[in-house]
Amino acid sequence: MSTTSVDLQTHGHPAAHAGEHAHDPHHQHHFTTMEQQFDTSKIGMWLFLATEVLLFGGLFVGFGMMQARYPREFVEAHTHLVRWQGALNTVVLLISSFTMVLAVQAAKKSEKGKQVLFLGLTILCACIFLVVKYFEYSHKYEEGWLPGRFYSYKGDSIPACHAAPPGEAAAAAPAANAAPCTNGYATFFSFYFMMTGLHGFHILAGIAVLTWILFRAKRGEFSASYYTPVDLVGLYWHLVDLIWIYLFPLYYLIQ
Amino acid sequence: MDQGIATSPRIGDRPRPKKNYLNETKGFWSWAATLDHKRIGIMYLVGVLTSFLMGGIFALLVRLTLLTPSHKLFGKVLLTAEQYNRVFTLHGAIMVFLFIIPAIPASLGNFVLPLMLGAKDVAFPRLNLFSFYLWLTGAIMAIAAMVFGAVDTGWTFYTPYSTTTDGPVTLMTAAVFVLGFSSIFTGLNFIATVHKLRAPGMGWFDLPLFIWGIYATAIIQVLATPVLGITLVLLMLERSFGIGIFDPRIGGDPVLFQHFFWFYSHPAVYIMILPGMAIISELIPTFSQKTIFGYRAIAYSSVSLALVSFIVWGHHMFVAGQSQLATVVFSALTFLVAIPSGVKMFNWMLTMHKGNIKLDTPMLYAISFLTMFAIGGLTGIFLGTLATDVHLTDTYFVVAHFHYVMVGSTVTAFIGGLHYWWPKMTGRMYSEAWGRVGCALWNIGFNMTFLTQFFLGSKGMPRRYYNYLDQFQPLHAFSTVGSWILGLGLFITAAYLLASLRKPMDAPDNPWNGTTLEWKTSSPPIMHNFEEQPVLEREPYDYRPVLVAK
Amino acid sequence: MSHPAEPTAIPAHAHEHEHDHGGTGVYAKTLIGLLILTAITVAAASFDFGQGNVVIALFVATIKASLVVLFFMHLRWDKPVNAIIAMAGFLFLGVFIMFCLLDFNARNNYLPSNLHPVPDMPLAPGTAPAGEVLHTNPAAAAEGGEKK
Repeated sequence: MSTTSVDLQTHGHPAAHAGEHAHDPHHQHHFTTMEQQFDTSKIGMWLFLATEVLLFGGLFVGFGMMQARYPREFVEAHTHLVRWQGALNTVVLLISSFTMVLAVQAAKKSEKGKQVLFLGLTILCACIFLVVKYFEYSHKYEEGWLPGRFYSYKGDSIPACHAAPPGEAAAAAPAANAAPCTNGYATFFSFYFMMTGLHGFHILAGIAVLTWILFRAKRGEFSASYYTPVDLVGLYWHLVDLIWIYLFPLYYLIQ
Repeated sequence: MDQGIATSPRIGDRPRPKKNYLNETKGFWSWAATLDHKRIGIMYLVGVLTSFLMGGIFALLVRLTLLTPSHKLFGKVLLTAEQYNRVFTLHGAIMVFLFIIPAIPASLGNFVLPLMLGAKDVAFPRLNLFSFYLWLTGAIMAIAAMVFGAVDTGWTFYTPYSTTTDGPVTLMTAAVFVLGFSSIFTGLNFIATVHKLRAPGMGWFDLPLFIWGIYATAIIQVLATPVLGITLVLLMLERSFGIGIFDPRIGGDPVLFQHFFWFYSHPAVYIMILPGMAIISELIPTFSQKTIFGYRAIAYSSVSLALVSFIVWGHHMFVAGQSQLATVVFSALTFLVAIPSGVKMFNWMLTMHKGNIKLDTPMLYAISFLTMFAIGGLTGIFLGTLATDVHLTDTYFVVAHFHYVMVGSTVTAFIGGLHYWWPKMTGRMYSEAWGRVGCALWNIGFNMTFLTQFFLGSKGMPRRYYNYLDQFQPLHAFSTVGSWILGLGLFITAAYLLASLRKPMDAPDNPWNGTTLEWKTSSPPIMHNFEEQPVLEREPYDYRPVLVAK
Repeated sequence: MSHPAEPTAIPAHAHEHEHDHGGTGVYAKTLIGLLILTAITVAAASFDFGQGNVVIALFVATIKASLVVLFFMHLRWDKPVNAIIAMAGFLFLGVFIMFCLLDFNARNNYLPSNLHPVPDMPLAPGTAPAGEVLHTNPAAAAEGGEKK
């Protein structure tokens, strides 16, 4: 850090300083150097990612607690998820993380063509993920494996309670069933849709931001001297991948 | 403008610049679209003080309703039971989410933090403005919820009542969700600013303790608030879709809601108190004209308070159905969290010892803080002790405890800080005589209102109750009269502060002989904060006279 | 480090310390590692290890997550403050889960099958109306006959 007095008022304006490096159009005036600005942006992004970890983490905690509460129903409900679809989505996201990091590298090296290519591939992978998700969701809808009070699947080994309103439940209590009715299945699918839904929403947001970055990259905005947005969006995208890395085993591999 | 402080020759007093952050640009959009942290701080200040007024009116209504067991005023019932439930819920929700959580960090913090660091602005000015608009949006949504019938669940939204009751619960929780993100982004901004935008020569242990306090607060804001966010989302989904997580009728666990809720809300109370303590750490050395005792201890205690605050939340749930094991563990950890607070209290008092104490209004509020926080903090330990908590929980004892820490401590510190930085923010000095009147009424009114409630609680008066036994009426009445004095004190304070704005600017750069960097610039500061980048040349809180070379 | 007062060419001025980190080779190896781990975790799920299945799955997931964080997200070569922030997020999430599970697991102690009888205890003098004796455990007192 410089220990000499720097005139805050006029720093950054080329006309006032002969001998200063040319003013980068992205240089914000409250930062002394571009490097300081880049480092600060990185810290800001990591802080945001930490908040996302805790946001999703809350859902993981809820899922864990409910799994402990309804172990039988959760294990049985797991069987309705198709493993190869989850695995395919995992692979697709991992590849998209790879293409993303290559895009950042290309931006760092001022290689415009590669930036556009890899950003495009990342977006493509994200879209494939959403297509697979669409097939998964529509199958669930057909079978009635829906969240909360919309759950209507009849093939569970333990009957669900939600179907009857409180007043009728007592009257209609089936004497044949030894086990009490539970709602574990509905809860499982509530969590399934909440977690994959929130994750899917983050994928959508990611596609939107990546598209915007793609257009900026096409215009040649990013180079070795300024590639911060690509780097930061990359970090966000890796987080989306990270969350799926934990979602996948929890939902698709426990049986 | 000698305030009577024995000072070194006042260096750096120069002619007041014609242009400052208030008048440099004019017009609605120059404020609405500003990126200047000082303007954003002022907008927040107006917003939170308005919220304080709203929440305060609801508080007065609550106290008025409880004046007599018949709830009558001049022969007519003031509030029905259902209305009463809504009014105290609104009082709590507005005060917690619209006022006290944003208050110090977003208003005073936004204004002062970059100045103290010698920076031109916060790290992310656009995010700062966005945070303000998130706050405003959340506030409008909360007001809308009020208009659409208001919520009667208590500010804690406990399930299963909140998942099944009528009323705009979803709208209210959505408002709090939005407010939460305002808080998160403010904290994010401050952490990045403190890490990267310090003046040359300013290392971590050269930072003013106000910065340490705001930094510790920001850590909590960033880590805890997202869990509130997801909790509220789960609550909204439980209400709308019956997902089955919190409502026992559909297989949920209501205690799980409390775990989720208090995981944020306990650290949240440290979001409230840490900035208050941060202000006290500035007021006491300045008005004792003596360096702070135990700088590093206070700095470390701020951060450790923030971190330990995350592992005590179960002390809100001792009788809620939590397991005995968890209860005991949380109780033991709660004793731990008292230690950093104690460290600060002793250090502040030792700072005052043999200092050159000036009893200006900010210092009067700081001393008030010391007494009120002592009571509030200590009664927190009584509540953290299992055997006593079983009797005191959900009584007025709890209400008194948290008002002593939230209002008696945090709001006292806030008002003290407001007076301390008033000359810097507005360029005017307020009336010192009226300041003392306001502080006296604040002390009398506050203690009358809330000390009484400790007795009410230990005698068995439950909290949030509309009806009460006749034997409690004298204490309730005393508390209500106290609330009028409290209200009067605040009204007078607001009046003389606003009146000072009608004077021409008369404040010097450094009316209190403070040593932190904000006093090195004009009152009010210029738009870019400093004419030249300040470089830190002295240790923090060094009040020795500066010898100016001829 | 950068020196604002010196005229320097823009490309070398910023981020010069980052040129040697990463590289397509490192990233490709990371991807291959991730894909192999995915195959392992899928394969492991087809065997029944009971409780072990969850442990294995989460353990492999954590290794995968570490690879992503260290190499794709650059923390391996980044400034420590970013790693501390990342760790803090996971650490406090861990605290949250840990205490919730601690509570939940201990709560089952109150199922009827887990309860042991509470001995009848004398109450403080003056709390019972004259002549009457209050039992803290009425069921046990009834079973014990007219002993009290």
